[in-house]
Amino acid sequence: MAAGNHRRSADQITTLPMKHASAGLTARQIHEQKARRKSVAVATISTAIVVTLIMVIVPLSPGWDRVRASFFNWEILVKTFPSLLAAFRWDVAIFLWCTPIIAIIGLLIALCRDARAPALFPLRIFGVLYTDIFRGVPVILIVFLIGFGVPGLGLQRPWNSPYIWGSLALILTYSAYVAEIFRTGIESVHESQRAAAKSLGLSHTDIMRYVVLPQAIRRVVPANMNMLVALQKDVALLSFIGPVELLRQAGVHKSLLANFTPYVGAAIIFLAVTIPVTRFADYLIAKQNKARS
Amino acid sequence: MSILKLSNVTKSFGPTEVLCGVDLDVSEGEMICLIGASGSGKSTLLRTINLLEPIDEGAIWFDGQDISLPDVAPQPIRRKIGLVFQSFNLFPHMTALENVLLAPSRVFRKSKKDLLPEVTQLFEGFNLKDRMHAYPDQLSGGQQQRVAIVRALAMRPSIMLFDEVTSALDPELVSEVLDVLLKLKAQKMTMILATHEMGFAREAADRVCVLDSGKIIEDGPPEQIFTAPKTERTRAFLASVL
Repeated sequence: MAAGNHRRSADQITTLPMKHASAGLTARQIHEQKARRKSVAVATISTAIVVTLIMVIVPLSPGWDRVRASFFNWEILVKTFPSLLAAFRWDVAIFLWCTPIIAIIGLLIALCRDARAPALFPLRIFGVLYTDIFRGVPVILIVFLIGFGVPGLGLQRPWNSPYIWGSLALILTYSAYVAEIFRTGIESVHESQRAAAKSLGLSHTDIMRYVVLPQAIRRVVPANMNMLVALQKDVALLSFIGPVELLRQAGVHKSLLANFTPYVGAAIIFLAVTIPVTRFADYLIAKQNKARS
Repeated sequence: MSILKLSNVTKSFGPTEVLCGVDLDVSEGEMICLIGASGSGKSTLLRTINLLEPIDEGAIWFDGQDISLPDVAPQPIRRKIGLVFQSFNLFPHMTALENVLLAPSRVFRKSKKDLLPEVTQLFEGFNLKDRMHAYPDQLSGGQQQRVAIVRALAMRPSIMLFDEVTSALDPELVSEVLDVLLKLKAQKMTMILATHEMGFAREAADRVCVLDSGKIIEDGPPEQIFTAPKTERTRAFLASVL
């Protein structure tokens, strides 16, 4: 009873069309403006406090000098950075040749799982098994199994290259994830779209190709962008089976110089690529949500 | 001459019987309005004719062929039977023109260039020529529905089915779609309309069929159905909507 009365009076106050004489704003607008300024101020102050605490407290810890010397050594960073960048070219290259193959295989697996005709049941089973297996095993394990296992069959150069089999491991794993993304996209296209296409006499293949897939693929672009970010990082896993890419190169420097700074350098290079892509993906998602509402 | 003949068409979704033995004979050039309460089976009936829903029993004769047989390939039949939906179902990623060109270009293996004059003429005929390159979300509901009709017509169907094509429209847009239907009637298109537009059914239909719980309980000229209904159910239904 009392609470009800209280709410009613609060509503009355905020909805009164009171005009502020000087600014020409309503009472509500002034209230919101104040609230906005207040929240900005609070956010700024709390951030400042946290940053100061970190900068004060961390250097006070007993091991700080050692950590700083072995992780944040400016000279070593400058010295090793060019070769790290050069090694990063391998990450980019592996990423670039894996991505289109992942997209194609992912799409094919998604189509397998969508096969509705009874005769195509084996394809469906294959699609389910494929996605279950390659999503269910840690990426690094697939990299080891394929990267060491296949060349172990006694393949001759260049077919025993870890670049090939490491890439294959990434392709198999990532296409399983991408297939699931495509499948949700395909399922998100409303049945009425298929009905309309069918009623015009289009074949199953044409319906998929011209009506369902173009809509499905557009919808899952943001989700796939996130997969791109993850793939860009996971390329570093190939360092365990041989390719001298960024992480491996950083490891070499670490061993030679007995210093961890090259790892920090590698992290900086990864972030320089992944952060913009992540932001772009978020932007796309926000745009899509806006278009849907 | 009869172009479409349904005999004893029966269809269930699980335990729910939606169509319980529908008989219907449609002559060439005839315009038939299907009326009846929501859930009486109007939409399902149209969808079975277009082979979107397989039937459980009975037969559907179209152009002298029983198209309800399971070994009949549906695509060639659907091409000749146009279906327009309540919610338009235009393809949102294509312009109006692309929506219309897709099926004829794929099905008849004709180049879009060859189809363009014919299709442009259709757009012109329905006052849509200036909207040809717009996307569905840039069109009003009435325009979208007219594009959907043009899309079905571009396949040169011999019969057109309309599933409550004005039900999703704002009231002021209904008449532009009804005008299109009248125009098709004037061109002697064979049409079956499931509709809640009683005024239109009474004015324009050659015949009105009343569907109730999956059965056609009355079938006759509109004047008779609306002024002297034979069954109590029809009388009750008309009283509830008029």
